[in-house]
Amino acid sequence: LMYAPVLKRIRYLQPFQDKNAQPLTLSGHVGFDSLPHQLVNKSTCQGFCFNILCIGETGIGKSTLMDTLFNTNFENFESSHFEPKVKLRAQTYDLQESNVRLKLTIVNTVGFGDQLNKDKSYQHVVDYIDTQFESYLQEELKIKRSLHNYHDSRIHACLYFIAPSGHSLKSLDLVTMKKLDSKVNIIPVIAKADTISKTELHKFKIKIMSELVSNGVQIYQFPTDDETVSKINTAMNGILPFAVVGSTEEVKIGNKMVKARQYPWGVVQVENENHCDFVKLREMLICVNMEDLREQTHTRHYELYRRCKLEEMGFTDTNPESKPVSLQETYEAKRQEFLGELQHREEEMRQMFVQRVKEKETELKEAERELQGKFEQLKRLHSEEKSKLDEKRRTLEDEINTFSKKKAATELLQGQSFNANTNLKKDKDRKK
Amino acid sequence: ILFGTTDYIPTSSKGRDLFGYVGIEAVLDQMRRKTMKAGFEFNIMVVGQSGLGKSTLVNTLFKSKVSRKSCTPNYEEKISKTVKLQSVSHVIEEKGVKMKLTVIDTPGFGDQINNENCWEPIVNYVNEQYERYLKEELYVNRKRRIPDTRVHCCVYFLPATGHWLRPIDVEFMKRLGKIVSIVPVIAKADTLTMEERQEFKQRIRHDLKANGIRVYPQTEYDEDPEDRILNDKIRENIPFAVVGTDKEHQVNGNKVLGRKTKWGIIEVENMAHCEFANLRDLLIRSHLQDLKDVTHNIHYETFRVRRLNESNLTVHGLALSCFPMENGTNRTNGTNGTSDRSDSESHL
Repeated sequence: LMYAPVLKRIRYLQPFQDKNAQPLTLSGHVGFDSLPHQLVNKSTCQGFCFNILCIGETGIGKSTLMDTLFNTNFENFESSHFEPKVKLRAQTYDLQESNVRLKLTIVNTVGFGDQLNKDKSYQHVVDYIDTQFESYLQEELKIKRSLHNYHDSRIHACLYFIAPSGHSLKSLDLVTMKKLDSKVNIIPVIAKADTISKTELHKFKIKIMSELVSNGVQIYQFPTDDETVSKINTAMNGILPFAVVGSTEEVKIGNKMVKARQYPWGVVQVENENHCDFVKLREMLICVNMEDLREQTHTRHYELYRRCKLEEMGFTDTNPESKPVSLQETYEAKRQEFLGELQHREEEMRQMFVQRVKEKETELKEAERELQGKFEQLKRLHSEEKSKLDEKRRTLEDEINTFSKKKAATELLQGQSFNANTNLKKDKDRKK
Repeated sequence: ILFGTTDYIPTSSKGRDLFGYVGIEAVLDQMRRKTMKAGFEFNIMVVGQSGLGKSTLVNTLFKSKVSRKSCTPNYEEKISKTVKLQSVSHVIEEKGVKMKLTVIDTPGFGDQINNENCWEPIVNYVNEQYERYLKEELYVNRKRRIPDTRVHCCVYFLPATGHWLRPIDVEFMKRLGKIVSIVPVIAKADTLTMEERQEFKQRIRHDLKANGIRVYPQTEYDEDPEDRILNDKIRENIPFAVVGTDKEHQVNGNKVLGRKTKWGIIEVENMAHCEFANLRDLLIRSHLQDLKDVTHNIHYETFRVRRLNESNLTVHGLALSCFPMENGTNRTNGTNGTSDRSDSESHL
């Protein structure tokens, strides 16, 4: 199954005004009127991609609305209110209606509006959107690329859920929408609209729109250039933001089961246009303008991102003399610059290396010399000691000799005196 | 999948059944509306020796005087040293569908005594259009709609000799078959009998295969089994034997396009007489969009790969390695310049 972002063909879509092409009348049926069908058939085979981002506080009804919009049961996670920072959860589903296959990705914010400090709440959302653009850009810049096989993950529509306070937009809402309006098609909706009365709702809508205008927030305008749909789109543009109620539960009204919310005081029917704008939202988002949302994402938001990113990286279309410069020339120039710098750095490093080697060599030589010196010294000391010792020994030996002589002499004397004594004793004994 | 910090990749998708009508199929209508409003472009090139009926065929295909016939070329005109390409654009409309049709003619092809390298100007032209498109695509500030002058289809006219492909045919189709979708046709096919026609076609198909020449629709680009079946039928029948004319005659009380001869009227749109209708259906009614897609997704991409590799532009790699990331490090060596080096050296 290949899911081509049919946007590939939409690139061609601008009425051509070529002065060089003369109009010509046909004398018969040629058959290229089948072109739109050929195109559509191809797309049907390949399938479509559509990605919706839902931004809103925890519990405001994002998942329920998605289930209601697409008449199915998506995987829903109940989030806690204690997320330390805003995260995004994206899930992709394969839907099919008659012969049309849709790869739908729903991205929900998790923990939006729950933190004490909401300063950076919008940042994660902006980062996510940018990441998808970046992904596409990287693919587009690859040498071997496969754009027509690429799973387009760029956000085509952003539903911003406004809490039904009945008063005005929260500052978080304004700040977030302002950061997103140049990156994504924003469609604001008033969530849980069954908590507001009709008159309050009317005032609320006016207040919201005027706040958006006065803060310069550009929300998505349904296109009015195509006569087939301009009437309905213009009307819908005046009803924004849509006040919606979501429900997957059914209640019996008359003899039909309808999607509704049952209260003790009555039943709010989701698909009743008197009760809420749900049907209008579905009509506008899916039935009438899905293709336009995708086209705007690609030709406006993505192009803007691409332009900014490339300019950031230093690419321009004209050089300092304002002559047109091809991207390739810029690349070449940058490449030379880069190579030059690389060489320079290499040179620097080599110099440094050589320097260090020299230093180390000298250090080592020093150390060697020192060692040698020490060795010599030790040797000297040693021999000195030795000679001293030798001397002492000689002295000792002399003393020993002297002593032995004395000893010998003494012994001799002693021997003589003993002999003399013994002789005396003998004599005495004899005399006795 | 929670995306909190950096990279996020969508995982495999899950199927879901719809409990009721949503309106997703309305997107087909939306597409149709948009494409009709924007109009289409189609660029077709005709190649063949003079006198093979190229201009007539194009005029018959598009039921209007798209090409000016060079009916009686002057002797001086004939001796042009090179093949000069001429492109003429017209806007035609049918049932609300607007099309900008550009026909690129190649007078002089194969007409010289020495025809060596006569394909060069044509190869250059085709590549120039790809180059032009690439340039536009690479701009930082690009047009919303890049004008498409790339050749979507090249109709190559084979004279109805009944024998085999000639060296010029082989050389041309070999080279051009690599960069553009070629549709070979047997021109002025009313000089061949049905049997001769079948034999000729078989020989041509054999020759094409033997020389490794790939003509449209190429087998590798069949998208699914259905496509393959359809295209196989076409491939069994190419090259189409065509006859062109802009004159109408009465046949059985109907006005038909045909060539009147002493021995009968050759009805151009009669499938029993010639295969003009098959060609028209292929080029216009069923495969026009496919021709454009093959040109854009395959031929153009092949050109782009070659071109970017030639200039040693690793577009992607360059974009990454050339410029420091936000925190000042370079992706290639991941170090902060020289400081790391010195540390490692101190271990000598």
